Amino acid sequence: MEWITLTIDGRSVSVPKGTTVLQACRMNNIPIPTLCHDPELTATGSCRLCIVEIEGMRNLPPSCVTQATQGMVVRTRTEKVREARKTILELLVANHPLDCMTCQKMGSCDLAKYAYEYQVTGEAFSGGERRQLPIDDSNPFILRDPNKCILCGKCIRACEEVQGRSVLDFSYRGFNTQVGPAFNLPYAESECVFCGSCVSVCPVGALTEKEMVGQGRPWEVKKVQTTCPFCGTGCNFDLNVKDGKVIGVTSNPEAPVNGRALCVKGRFGMDMIHSPNRLTTPLIKKDGEFVEASWDEALSLVAEKLGEIKAQYGADSIAALSSARCTNEENYLMQKFMRAVIGTNNVDHCART
Amino acid sequence: METMKTLLDPCCERCTHTPETPCRDYIRCLTAGPLCHDDPGCRAKRSGLLAELRPTQGSEEGQQILVCAGTGCASSGAHKVVSALEGELQRQGLDSEVKVVATGCHGFCEQGPTLIIEPAHTVYTLVKQGDVAEIVQKEFKEKQRVENLLYQDPLTGQSAATFANIRFFAQQTRVVLGNCGFINPERIEEYIAHDGYQGIAKALQEMSSDQVIEEVKASGLRGRGGAGFPTGLKWSFCRQSAGEKKYIICNADEGDPGAFMDRGVLEGDPHAVIEGMLIGAYAIGADEGYVYCRAEYPLAIKHMEIAIRQAEAAGLLGNNILDSGFNFHLSIRAGAGAFVCGEETALMASIEGKRGMPKVRPPFPAQSGLWGKPTNINNVETWANVPHILRRGAAWYAQYGTEKSKGTKIFALTGKVNNTGLVEVPMGMSLRKIIFDIGGGIQNGKKFKAVQIGGPSGGCLPDEMLDLPVDYDTLTRAGAMVGSGGLVVMDETTCMVDIARFFLNFSQSESCGKCTPCREGTKRMWEILDRITKGEGKEEDLDTLEHLAHVVKETSLCGLGQNAPNPVLSTLKYFRDEFEAHIRDKTCPAHVCAALLTYTIDAEKCKKCGLCARACPAACISGDKKTPYVIDTEKCIKCGTCLDTCKFGAVVRA
Repeated sequence: MEWITLTIDGRSVSVPKGTTVLQACRMNNIPIPTLCHDPELTATGSCRLCIVEIEGMRNLPPSCVTQATQGMVVRTRTEKVREARKTILELLVANHPLDCMTCQKMGSCDLAKYAYEYQVTGEAFSGGERRQLPIDDSNPFILRDPNKCILCGKCIRACEEVQGRSVLDFSYRGFNTQVGPAFNLPYAESECVFCGSCVSVCPVGALTEKEMVGQGRPWEVKKVQTTCPFCGTGCNFDLNVKDGKVIGVTSNPEAPVNGRALCVKGRFGMDMIHSPNRLTTPLIKKDGEFVEASWDEALSLVAEKLGEIKAQYGADSIAALSSARCTNEENYLMQKFMRAVIGTNNVDHCART
Repeated sequence: METMKTLLDPCCERCTHTPETPCRDYIRCLTAGPLCHDDPGCRAKRSGLLAELRPTQGSEEGQQILVCAGTGCASSGAHKVVSALEGELQRQGLDSEVKVVATGCHGFCEQGPTLIIEPAHTVYTLVKQGDVAEIVQKEFKEKQRVENLLYQDPLTGQSAATFANIRFFAQQTRVVLGNCGFINPERIEEYIAHDGYQGIAKALQEMSSDQVIEEVKASGLRGRGGAGFPTGLKWSFCRQSAGEKKYIICNADEGDPGAFMDRGVLEGDPHAVIEGMLIGAYAIGADEGYVYCRAEYPLAIKHMEIAIRQAEAAGLLGNNILDSGFNFHLSIRAGAGAFVCGEETALMASIEGKRGMPKVRPPFPAQSGLWGKPTNINNVETWANVPHILRRGAAWYAQYGTEKSKGTKIFALTGKVNNTGLVEVPMGMSLRKIIFDIGGGIQNGKKFKAVQIGGPSGGCLPDEMLDLPVDYDTLTRAGAMVGSGGLVVMDETTCMVDIARFFLNFSQSESCGKCTPCREGTKRMWEILDRITKGEGKEEDLDTLEHLAHVVKETSLCGLGQNAPNPVLSTLKYFRDEFEAHIRDKTCPAHVCAALLTYTIDAEKCKKCGLCARACPAACISGDKKTPYVIDTEKCIKCGTCLDTCKFGAVVRA
């Protein structure tokens, strides 16, 4: 690998060729604020918060889309850079609701984090116009507040590049620019499949998991990494647990199989854990009524009935259909059981097409 | 054997040129042919047709009336004049001798409809249907001019009969606009008769692609779309890019308020753009091109469509052009009206069917442009310059202009100037000469205040800057830019704060919304300016405005945002006292900002006629025959009707 050396804030650092200035800074623990940047998504250089000074370049180039070159001299902390970043933050905050106290994102909001760092109070341009757009509450999964949107476009890219759906895009121009599905339809009426990838990348409170709203703050929640039980893919995510109760699911970027990507069931289907309708014991129908039974009782009944049927009609009168939610190991055991114990090849599962 | 109907027809069966069986000498043959055989009869047929298409003064051949039917004159009734002329020629029995030709823009839009009588070169301006009979009778029967219909110089009052005598035209150097108004843009043979397609013929026959690029480099041509990047250098980047498939694009998304030079070229001489693109495609190694034209230019699109069809039929677009092995296919895409689509990366996104939003560069289009392929994009005027460079040579071209800005530039002269229209002058002419000599000075004898150059990305320059030579580098240093070449002239009745607010509103509305500083910053800048024009400005506003302007300039993603603050910064630089008057004294020195005006009636001068009270739409003026009239300033909506109505100067605006 070819390495290059550049100077950042007076420090000489070496990075592999092809590294952006932002990556070079982060590799060397030089903090750069970003809102639209995401290592898993195409860099668009749109929020302009990561600007730096580079000798020989006009204006203040965004570090996320500027390639580091041999001998480059970068300054990230000059008065000019800090002032420009502060002004950009002031501009964003001036068009953003200041209801942080009740905002679901409080504690994990990137805008608030940088506003704190750059001492942006919300007073600058405070008399100016603010958006007054309707909140999209059309579906049970995602709560969309376009007034909080900072138009970083990460949700658009996640939808297109991660999920391959391209449901979202910008609409309108200038100050009236918005993000949403075609024709600004509510999510429920759009082509959205509610995978929630957009929610997982939103840096502010514009897109939140509806079921978690009001249920807990990030610092109150314990994140428990687990494997999704819905199918055999093996996606990992974090169960958000507060006071011993699962309040929702968030992506775990370190998940080895799926990264942040999840489907609607994995991300929004965990309310079943605390569902009062959930079965907790086997049920046996007696006199037309389901009656609670023990596992021994239930398994004995199944074994007895299977034995009877096999004796009377032969092994091929029995078939097993298993679930795609089962793991490979479970499905292996199922077919083994059918072939070795029952003595038939009649095996199939629900996801066969 | 059939006689030749048009210049493009074969002279006899020995001519075998078709798009499928192209002849390398086709273009030269049309104007100097036949070349493959020596036949006086064929030669005579060709020269006869050419004479009709190229009228010479004093000759009886090629009698025609060239009526400007560009968008400007068409909206002033040019088409009615055309029908009237046709009817009148028929009535006087002249219809077989005299042709009426609807041409592209003559550029003298203020005086439209205009027409030129050929071969006498007589120009008539502001022609009405009622003038037609007299013009036809005098010009073609009596061989005289209609003196009372000739153009009169607004300054001297003298009448002028030909372009050479009209100040507006006499001081121009018309290269790119040379054909506009003199040929029928819907007929390819007229372009060919005026040396058209000689440039591409020369390139294909005598020059390698690299030689073409060197020629364009040597000419010193720089991009006419605004940024002024050297064209030959740009081409060489795209030529050097790896990849078999390359595209070229003509940016015809002209959107600056007050700019219409590209429209004029597309409407009046579309083949020049096609020929320029052919030369560029050959130089770069592209085989496909697009003309991206705003949908608000229907006539330009129509003329371009006709021109493309005709060039295809003549074998000048398509495969194996002029038997050179060079292929080039051209099509049009109509833009949906977004100003930002004039930005090259947004334009390409739009062609690809995506939302027109700029992308960060690098990669530059020369490496990865349309559909990820190397792409070269130039604007209409740049492309239209190219045939001249190839045909007449780089040295000829470079004789015009300054050391670093070569050639001529078309300006759209508009606003409070006497002669509005399209003006083509060598680079380096002073603004004063353009506005006062060619433009004939300020309307109604008012005082010049500022000229806005370069559209919403440009700046406003005051009187003391008028002697600057107009070239790319000088104007940029002065805080403006050549831009696409819109020149909006303002007189003393223009409020510079209001103008800054106007341009910023434009930029804000047309911002694509992608990057924060442009989307949010221009909005807050506009709000501050709006506040100032309403008399609610605060002392610290100017500092905030300047600070914001610099942040937006230095941190925006594309040229739209980076240049949007220019009108504000330049007005602040040159007209700061006007801003201060609005903020400190709560007055608008130009009497434009309604919130800062008060209308009162001078009781001494009031004749108690009551005209003002009757005209007042807010019914806020009271008085009677005995008492002088008084304006209720609380109710007054500051429309100024009373001021215009009063014959005695009793209404005072302050």
